[in-house]
Amino acid sequence: MNFEANVGLEVHVQLRTKTKIFCGCPTTFGAPPNTHVCPVCLGYPGAMPAMNSEAIRLTVLSGLMLGCKINPYSKMDRKNYYYPDMPKNYQISQYDQPLCLGGGIEITRPDGSKKTIRLTRIHIEEDVGKNMHFAASSGIDFNRAGTPLMEIVTEPDMAGADEAMAFLEALKEILAYGGISDVNLEEGNMRCDVNSSVRPVGQAQLGTKTELKNMNTFKGVHRALSYEIARQIADVEKGQRIRQETRRWDDAAGITLTMRSKEEAHDYRYFPEPDLLPIVLSQAQIDEWAKVLPELPEKRRARMMADYGIPEYDAGVLAADQDIANYFEATAKLAKSAKAASNWIMTTVLAKLTELHLTIGEVKITPAQLAGLINLVEAKTINMPTAKEVFELMFAQGGDAAAIVQAKGLAQVSDTGAIEKFVDEAIAANAKTVADYKGGKEAALKSLIGQVMKLSKGKANPGLVNDLLKQKLS
Amino acid sequence: MSTLNQLTVAEAAAKLAKRECSSAELVAAVLASIEKHDKQVGAYLTVDAESALEQARAADAARSRGEHQPLLGVPVGVKDLLNVTGQPCTCGSKILKGYVAPYDATAVAKLRAAGAVILGRLNMDEFAMGGSTENSAYQPTRNPWDLSRVPGGSSGGSAAAVAADEALATLGSDTGGSIRQPAGFCGCVGLKPTYGRVSRYGLTAFASSLDQIGPLTKTVRDSALLLSAISGRDPHDSTSLDAPVPDYAAQLGGDLKGLRLGLPKEYFIDGLDAEVEQSVRAAVDQCRALGAEIVEISLPHSKYAVAVYYIIATAEASANLARFDGVRYGLRVDGEDPIDQYGKTRAAGFGQEVKRRIILGTYVLSSGYHDAYYLRAQKVRTLIRRDFETAFQKCDAILTPVAPTAAYKLGEQINDPLKMYLGDIFTIPVNLAGICGVSVPCGFTSEKLPVGLHIVGPALREDVILKVGHAYEQATPWHLRKPEISSQKAE
Repeated sequence: MNFEANVGLEVHVQLRTKTKIFCGCPTTFGAPPNTHVCPVCLGYPGAMPAMNSEAIRLTVLSGLMLGCKINPYSKMDRKNYYYPDMPKNYQISQYDQPLCLGGGIEITRPDGSKKTIRLTRIHIEEDVGKNMHFAASSGIDFNRAGTPLMEIVTEPDMAGADEAMAFLEALKEILAYGGISDVNLEEGNMRCDVNSSVRPVGQAQLGTKTELKNMNTFKGVHRALSYEIARQIADVEKGQRIRQETRRWDDAAGITLTMRSKEEAHDYRYFPEPDLLPIVLSQAQIDEWAKVLPELPEKRRARMMADYGIPEYDAGVLAADQDIANYFEATAKLAKSAKAASNWIMTTVLAKLTELHLTIGEVKITPAQLAGLINLVEAKTINMPTAKEVFELMFAQGGDAAAIVQAKGLAQVSDTGAIEKFVDEAIAANAKTVADYKGGKEAALKSLIGQVMKLSKGKANPGLVNDLLKQKLS
Repeated sequence: MSTLNQLTVAEAAAKLAKRECSSAELVAAVLASIEKHDKQVGAYLTVDAESALEQARAADAARSRGEHQPLLGVPVGVKDLLNVTGQPCTCGSKILKGYVAPYDATAVAKLRAAGAVILGRLNMDEFAMGGSTENSAYQPTRNPWDLSRVPGGSSGGSAAAVAADEALATLGSDTGGSIRQPAGFCGCVGLKPTYGRVSRYGLTAFASSLDQIGPLTKTVRDSALLLSAISGRDPHDSTSLDAPVPDYAAQLGGDLKGLRLGLPKEYFIDGLDAEVEQSVRAAVDQCRALGAEIVEISLPHSKYAVAVYYIIATAEASANLARFDGVRYGLRVDGEDPIDQYGKTRAAGFGQEVKRRIILGTYVLSSGYHDAYYLRAQKVRTLIRRDFETAFQKCDAILTPVAPTAAYKLGEQINDPLKMYLGDIFTIPVNLAGICGVSVPCGFTSEKLPVGLHIVGPALREDVILKVGHAYEQATPWHLRKPEISSQKAE
């Protein structure tokens, strides 16, 4: 029997606000434990929440980018359960009237086809603290408690681990574009619960689902989901029933394990948060916020392909990061060849960023300067190896490519007479290679070109060298 | 010639302004009175005499620098669920033993800004749950008019301190009558402002949609003075109202001509003590004599108010009290794991009545019961609110008894929670509707126990109920009487 999987995600995203959702404590990561706390986020007697309106704006903006319906009236609710990391032993969240409803994200499947994953809802809530366990005791760091979170809930539209991964990547990209979140996974900016079930192909009703809690890497989601779906299929094939339960991913062992069954599930006893007013949004307010909506990655890719004539692959790489896409566009507008701009950025620039752990904003070469360098190559003033050398200098200190080329005398030699001298020298000094070439070894020519380049100190026009060598050896 | 502790707030403020006494002398007189009487009355849980005298000296220094805030140098006691920086805040509960507040409640900060001296912490029913102050985990408080009787509750300490002249004025909190009922039992003035008039920030929450801080005072004028000091919008409390704060005291005076006062036909019920009814009806006649027009009104859904209240208030309380788990502050009884620790801590830290209400509130919110109880109660709450809206089309304020009886004996009702709950039958609807009400002394029973008149007004019309209360008070002698305990001269 063939099975299909149905996967739904609940993604928790940390919103990019300066302060926590209900108090003025900063949200910056990495402070010493319990230094970003106050009576409100510690749940002290009498302390009350006050809504951070920036959290609402960022969530509404997300909803607009993801095609959601923005609820003109929503409210906060208390979700009651006891856990040491939760200061009040209830979480302020949204139950039946979330900020955003519906919407969807288009993903690209591994075979290149497109598919829309529908969203159920987006709501806001507060994060909890972090339990820490030591040799003989445990502690709680409440710095994170009260950090604003947005929870994005999808329909069970993903058919497996690959689609879940593609969804998360696409979501991450969109949220980064909108400036909604830092989407820093190491800092726990994106965490998700993964619901999955399997059913025989053709069966209308969904199978019984299990939930994997608190996954914080995309790779982990992929591995856990691959395991869990296979486990469910194997169990069903053995004639076992899938139990509705919450499971946990053991990354070291590479398996999922039962945490609690449905019978032990919490009764959260939701009720409206009496300390906060309902959130009422006018259309005028929503329209005002919508003015700063960024172009979405999917649209930008298509536009960049049309505007600059670059291939889909290039557009994909460049548009994955909004700042890099901006850098590319600024460069391409000034460069004689947009494809050359794309090549330079995709290979040389991105490699540098990875190597030196820099962001594009920290690069000293401006798009205009990079375009200047590209244009020198296009005009054949310098060759590629020289250009790489000039790039290194510019990367270290910035500056104008033409000026560097002039100052260092790096301009390419296209004088046939001068090159001919080097060619003759090379032929004279490498009799064996010449013989190899004449004997039919095409690769020997490359070696000879290298010799000529070396003699010219890299300045010879490689095209001319090639032509001259062939001419002399024929 | 009264001693300083017997002054009203208005009198004391005037004396201080005229330099007829210093704040240090005033505070010393109050501390002496506490010293003398509170062993019997038990109004205070803690008094930080040193701090009070220090604040008083600071107030005197401020005055000599030319400052003249309305309450400069006036000592005020606060109910034990208001956070005051550096002071304990036990809420009358063992579970908060050892907790020291790191911040000032907004109402306390506003009192300080108005110049008041924060005096000490007043006893209460644990987490404001009760009507007799017998549910305090620490001590009973006795009614200054009859030490064998309860002062009412839950702000029993706040009321008894004012009645015994152990404070000029106090702050209490009122969720279903917890200011007005003890004010009635102790013969003082107790005001429950409109929901949102006073910020709740720093008030340990019992039932968030019902709680409101208010003053307990010797006169209506004092009530007006304190209300002006503590009211106003607070960014820390989203439910606080953004409405201007008038000088309530300046608006007092005059008779009741042109005012229509409503008498709810459903409120003179079986079980209403005959002497209480007699006093209240006499007060109604007095208001008529002062020029008010008395009209009959109907509040048909009030009969459901107690039931609705014990669903909504307990539901909210079950969440509000969840934070008392021994993890961050207060009592901790170690267990094998966190859940075990919660169970042991809460079993040891909470009293009977609090446990009863947490269980009830948890039950009414539980899956399968939520709609039948919590949701239904919210709908009836809306009907109760509409009753008042309709009634206020026919009248400017409503007159009712504060409680069905005068103060009862300690131990008399403590084992009969239902009977105790019904004691709030006239005050609860006001909290459910979010409107304002004030308790004003209106006579005494044959056993010399005070009786209170309950004046209820529309949202943000504290000015109206204070005007009615003031006119009535000035026309009657009740507020001038002192319990015997206070008439004994302080040394």
